[in-house]
Amino acid sequence: MIELYPGRPKEVVLTLYPSLKTWDFLHLIFPLLLKAALMTLILTVVAVGNGIIIGTFCGIGRLARNPFIRFLTAIYVDLIRGTPLLVQIFMVYFGLPPIIGAIVAKLGLGDGNPIHIPSFPAAIMALSINSGAYVTEIIRAGIQSIDRGQMEAARSLGMTHAQAMRYIILPQAMKRVIPPLCNEFIAMLKDSSLVSTIAMEELVRKGQIIATTYYRPAETWFAVAVIFLLLTLPVTRLVALLERKLKTGD
Amino acid sequence: MIRVENLHKYFGRLHVLKGITNHVAQGEVVCVIGPSGSGKSTFLRCLNLLEEPSAGRIFFDNVEVTDHRAIDVNEVRMEIGMVFQRFNLFPHLTALQNISLAPMLVRGLSREEAEARAYELLDRVGLREKAQSYPDQLSGGQQQRVAIARALAMRPKAMLFDEPTSALDPEMIKEVLDVMKMLVAEGMTMVVVTHEMGFAREVADRVLFIDDGVIVEEGTPAEIFNRPRQERTRDFLSKIL
Ligand SMILES: Nc1ncnc2c1ncn2[C@@H]1O[C@H](COP(=O)(O)OP(=O)(O)O)[C@@H](O)[C@H]1O
Ligand SMILES: [Mg+2]
Repeated sequence: MIELYPGRPKEVVLTLYPSLKTWDFLHLIFPLLLKAALMTLILTVVAVGNGIIIGTFCGIGRLARNPFIRFLTAIYVDLIRGTPLLVQIFMVYFGLPPIIGAIVAKLGLGDGNPIHIPSFPAAIMALSINSGAYVTEIIRAGIQSIDRGQMEAARSLGMTHAQAMRYIILPQAMKRVIPPLCNEFIAMLKDSSLVSTIAMEELVRKGQIIATTYYRPAETWFAVAVIFLLLTLPVTRLVALLERKLKTGD
Repeated sequence: MIRVENLHKYFGRLHVLKGITNHVAQGEVVCVIGPSGSGKSTFLRCLNLLEEPSAGRIFFDNVEVTDHRAIDVNEVRMEIGMVFQRFNLFPHLTALQNISLAPMLVRGLSREEAEARAYELLDRVGLREKAQSYPDQLSGGQQQRVAIARALAMRPKAMLFDEPTSALDPEMIKEVLDVMKMLVAEGMTMVVVTHEMGFAREVADRVLFIDDGVIVEEGTPAEIFNRPRQERTRDFLSKIL
């Protein structure tokens, strides 16, 4: 951190000196943006983590014998993948409160007014549900990529379908889904910026605040882009490495 | 031990098995031969219910296994071992784990018991030193011997083999056939789909010739190979011998 104005809070420095040199301005806003990037990272990790849990169950459900389970999971995937994430975020943030309010009132616990959901849980919910649908398809493809003979060999030994899944199919499928899951992580890192629209203070929202407060959008958005790259590039490299490794020796 | 009555199998509108009736006695070795696509694999897979028969009945130890209400398919399958053309070993598990997993999960053996059994079986197929190897570190012949040991670890009452040597390089066929001959000598009940006519001649009690979803002819190896009665059998044998 530069010490142009020792002892003054960064925000104060920024408002006091609107004509800072570009480089100095970047030095000042970078730590602020990095802190916001931490929120982006948290949102992404939690959303994709939930997505993996949802997606593992629904991915298996997509291939279930029971046609009703297949139908339900297919609908879920189609609904989520067929609508914009932004709309899903709005549905959770603006759409759920009146519904929850009505339900709570039905239970005799409220007056029927909408029950506000704070930005953070709303963001986590929307992103998790969204990620779950994409992970579902990743897991389904991963399971289907395993040779049919594996399931047959397991069943021929008397294992139940569930045992075969748990001990034979999923361990092999999990290895193959790591690269696509990393890609989902990268996509979510970027797409999570949409929760800036419900006042969730992550990287893009912070960028908006800084850009409009100090009237310096060019440098701000440049800095935001650089931080996104810093977050995504290591994962991109990791995927390339994994894909090369998985190609040789399974 | 295994009785099949008028077994039919359809895949959609494709009629693959067209009424197969047969009886495999305890300790009997039956070899199944026939052209590719004639339904040999489907027949074998129906026996341990990997395929659901479209019609007909199958009895195992006098219990009707095609009666879904009365039977748990997993209990049937653990009594019938199966060896596949392409081995189907579990690639993420060592040879030892491949063999010991099902006895632990299905038979409820402890790890110690299952591994002791697995080592004993590895000894019998001559692969004790490969216990910690993964399938991709083994030759085809070694993989198939591990696959046989894996099936045997469930202590099945009968074994099904679906062209167990067809995916092997010629120099590895013998080591697998030797293991199978050992099982024959021990009195295992076996149904073997094979193109190894020498093996069938040597160990089979009975040979079934299947063509187009029906058993065209059956008899002792001598009857089938030396004095085939049916034109189709002669045709087939002249092509492969
Ligand atoms: N799961 C399946 N779905 C559709 N058709 C199948 C299936 N399995 C086998 N068949 C068809 O059934 C016929 C018999 O196959 P199979 O029993 O494998 O013959 P074989 O083992 O004698 O070569 C073939 O025409 C094959 O294409
Ligand atoms: Mg076949």
